[in-house]
Amino acid sequence: MTTRIVELRRGILKKNDELAAGLRQSYTAAGVLVLNLVSSPGTGKTAFLEWTLRELKARGSRVAALVGDLETDNDARRLAASGAPVRQINTHGICHLDAEMIGKHLDGWEGVALAGLDYLFIENVGNLVCPSSYDLGEKIRVALLSVTEGEDKPLKYPTMFNSADAAVITKIDIAAPCGFDRDLALRNINEIRPGIRIFETSAKTGAGMEEWLEYLAEERAGRNG
Amino acid sequence: MHELSIVTSIVETVTESLTAYPGARVLEVRLRVGALASVIPDSLEFCYGIASEGTPLEGSRLVVNVLPVVVHCERCAQDAELDGVQSFRCPRCGELCGEIRQGRELEIESIEIDEMDKVEETA
Repeated sequence: MTTRIVELRRGILKKNDELAAGLRQSYTAAGVLVLNLVSSPGTGKTAFLEWTLRELKARGSRVAALVGDLETDNDARRLAASGAPVRQINTHGICHLDAEMIGKHLDGWEGVALAGLDYLFIENVGNLVCPSSYDLGEKIRVALLSVTEGEDKPLKYPTMFNSADAAVITKIDIAAPCGFDRDLALRNINEIRPGIRIFETSAKTGAGMEEWLEYLAEERAGRNG
Repeated sequence: MHELSIVTSIVETVTESLTAYPGARVLEVRLRVGALASVIPDSLEFCYGIASEGTPLEGSRLVVNVLPVVVHCERCAQDAELDGVQSFRCPRCGELCGEIRQGRELEIESIEIDEMDKVEETA
């Protein structure tokens, strides 16, 4: 028996990372701001996105969305009511979106070209664990948390919140009946991702949404490079 | 539960690297996994047995080296290792630190292979 140690030093998700780097280049070349929305199932990603697409469109922005779910095109149909082009990605059991799925669905998307968009939103599969490992080439990863989920969610799922560029608290219109401790939630998010931009929103009443839209416009203008 | 896809990717990567060592069998695969990598070592090991079946990796050991999070503290102007992932405060001065220097790694460090005695083969 002749044994030998071979140094590999290879990233396990290298294939995904390479594809994501390619996507990032094409997003930049097309001048489209790409956001990846991640949260638990039921946080209200779709309602938040419905509002965002509708308002951005009403204000003259060119928007589109890719939405990931294990099965059904229910979310795509909901989002399409905004008038924006929406494409459903069914992962059939896979718990996250990856760069290959994004590339494939961008390629064959009839009537939608990246160069014709100002914003592309990717609504990830509802899961606070796995999507954090998969870069989709996005500029901004947005982690959402609803007031019904408990203020300690960022502590329970630190990886996701730590990898996010912005945090959104949803359903703040029902914060009081839920006994939501706002200060504690903000403190927990900040403990895991110091200095992260936090938005407190309600897609039902529109609270906090103007600030969110301003942020999007600033990011698109490249305020932060 | 994306450990299975991670393990599948490990098997693919290692198998590809074996083209330089025809006929070799893998004895051990060593990983470097950051505490922020969202991967559970036990689940990896569980899936590894299934994913490596029928490949040159079958029967090999998976060694997962978990790396703690290291942040850079601006106030102390140096790096600091964290005990866990529940708080990103500098253990020396208590300042919140946004800059991660280590903890997101997810890579294959090395493999140990048995080259199956070449001498015998040529004899």
